[in-house]
Amino acid sequence: MTANVLSVRDMVVSFDEFLALDHVSIDVAAGESFGIVGESGSGKSTLLRAVAGLNAFSAGTLTINGQSYSGRNRSKDFYRTVQMVFQDPYGSLHPRQTVDRLLLEPLAIHGFDNVDARIMRALDEVGLGSGFRFRYSHQLSGGQRQRVAIARALILEPKVLLLDEPTSALDASIQAEILNLLEQARRDRNLTFVMVSHDLGVISHMCERLAVMKSGKVVETVTADALESHDFAADYTRQLLIASEGFRRA
Amino acid sequence: MSTVSKEAPLLTVDDLRVSFPTRTGVIEAVRGVSFTLGRERLGIVGESGSGKSQTGRAIMGLTPQHAQITAKTLNFAGRDLLKISNKERRDIRGKRIGMVLQDPKYSLNPVMTIGRQIIETLKTHEKVSAAEARARTIAMLEAVQIRDPERVFALYPHEVSGGMGQRVMIAMMLICGPELLIADEPTSALDVTVQLEVLGILDKLVAERGMGLIFVSHDLRLVSSFCDRVLVMYAGRVVEELPSADLSKAQHPYTQGLLNCLPTIGTDRHPLPVLDRKKEWAL
Repeated sequence: MTANVLSVRDMVVSFDEFLALDHVSIDVAAGESFGIVGESGSGKSTLLRAVAGLNAFSAGTLTINGQSYSGRNRSKDFYRTVQMVFQDPYGSLHPRQTVDRLLLEPLAIHGFDNVDARIMRALDEVGLGSGFRFRYSHQLSGGQRQRVAIARALILEPKVLLLDEPTSALDASIQAEILNLLEQARRDRNLTFVMVSHDLGVISHMCERLAVMKSGKVVETVTADALESHDFAADYTRQLLIASEGFRRA
Repeated sequence: MSTVSKEAPLLTVDDLRVSFPTRTGVIEAVRGVSFTLGRERLGIVGESGSGKSQTGRAIMGLTPQHAQITAKTLNFAGRDLLKISNKERRDIRGKRIGMVLQDPKYSLNPVMTIGRQIIETLKTHEKVSAAEARARTIAMLEAVQIRDPERVFALYPHEVSGGMGQRVMIAMMLICGPELLIADEPTSALDVTVQLEVLGILDKLVAERGMGLIFVSHDLRLVSSFCDRVLVMYAGRVVEELPSADLSKAQHPYTQGLLNCLPTIGTDRHPLPVLDRKKEWAL
């Protein structure tokens, strides 16, 4: 087993009385693609946001690349290592900034040189030509926006990419394109993925291992192969699997 | 599988066109859609912008004022929907044709209790006493498998979950006993596990009451598992019509592409096949 690049131990997140994450632990090895599935309210997005420092967590530890983090304080170095792609491409891009400006911002914050070449390369990598560079996000389709969001995450050359339902707002055919793009990027850059989705099909396609979450707890962690051969213990996993197979007349 | 009835069709749509004049020219959202519907389950599938929702809305009569609708025939139970008055249209809408929308969060009235909104529908179309209206509403809530109908009756929409909201929506649409139900992405806003419950309820009620159903969705697999027949739409046109059972034998490259691009458990395809959109599909 290679060293874990991301390790969460007994993480607790609560919003007032509500316990959103109840002692959750996951380990993700370097270069691995790790999936998290569950229904809404299961805490899967909260877990990702707590890792990214968008939510504070009140107990437990978070270790990334050997470094511990707590609460929601994150160093600049952290964001060089970890970047996030959000669900809704309509909400995650600044409406009054051009694509160029959107991609320039992280580079400026982190003091990168050669920004021009980097922006061109980032756009090329996600399959958008230079023609998109000076457009606003409202001039792009949903799939193109998500490509910009991925370019913005990859432009800092992170090691870990947190993906929060990256394709659930997109059409099935566009989803396939974005999933292919993400896999390509992962291969090329040897990235580690933590991907959240409610779609078991997407997760089993993209990830080697996955955690099934329900009401703030990890029900179980299985490999994608075990899922395929129905080799799992929890009843809830079975329910999800049945649900993903579509409607059956009783 | 229910058998397709051979009697006179409930709904006949021939060459339906919906276009929206805009500053930059006319947008043709639906360009000549034709189909007939008996008391069966018909699925309309397509991606965003394919005109599937506008087709449903045109039948229901919910297209915005400035849009232009034309059709050689738009016949519902012997009446031409495009020729009748607004008054007659209102009588049909809600009473004989019902429509379930995508997101109960936005389609239920937030300042009215659930019971009152359902009663409102009922009283618009039928002369009933307050007591009877209430009794029928409670019975309807029970029919959509809401466990505590008396309690839910008095709740506001924000106090119930998405799955419960969608059941309320279905109850509201079915209380007048429509002959045709149009369901526009009825489960897309719901969790996968809740989705199946709501579909199960919808399926049971449609079968019991012998209604016709138009199920509009982007999810080809879901539609094919739920409906008897599927229309596949692309760029405002029907590119293929086929029985759900024969989905695997789809001829049109667009249908095949839609089916193939979905990641499924147990298949190992890296990278996923993507749709290669041909210009001639949109002609």
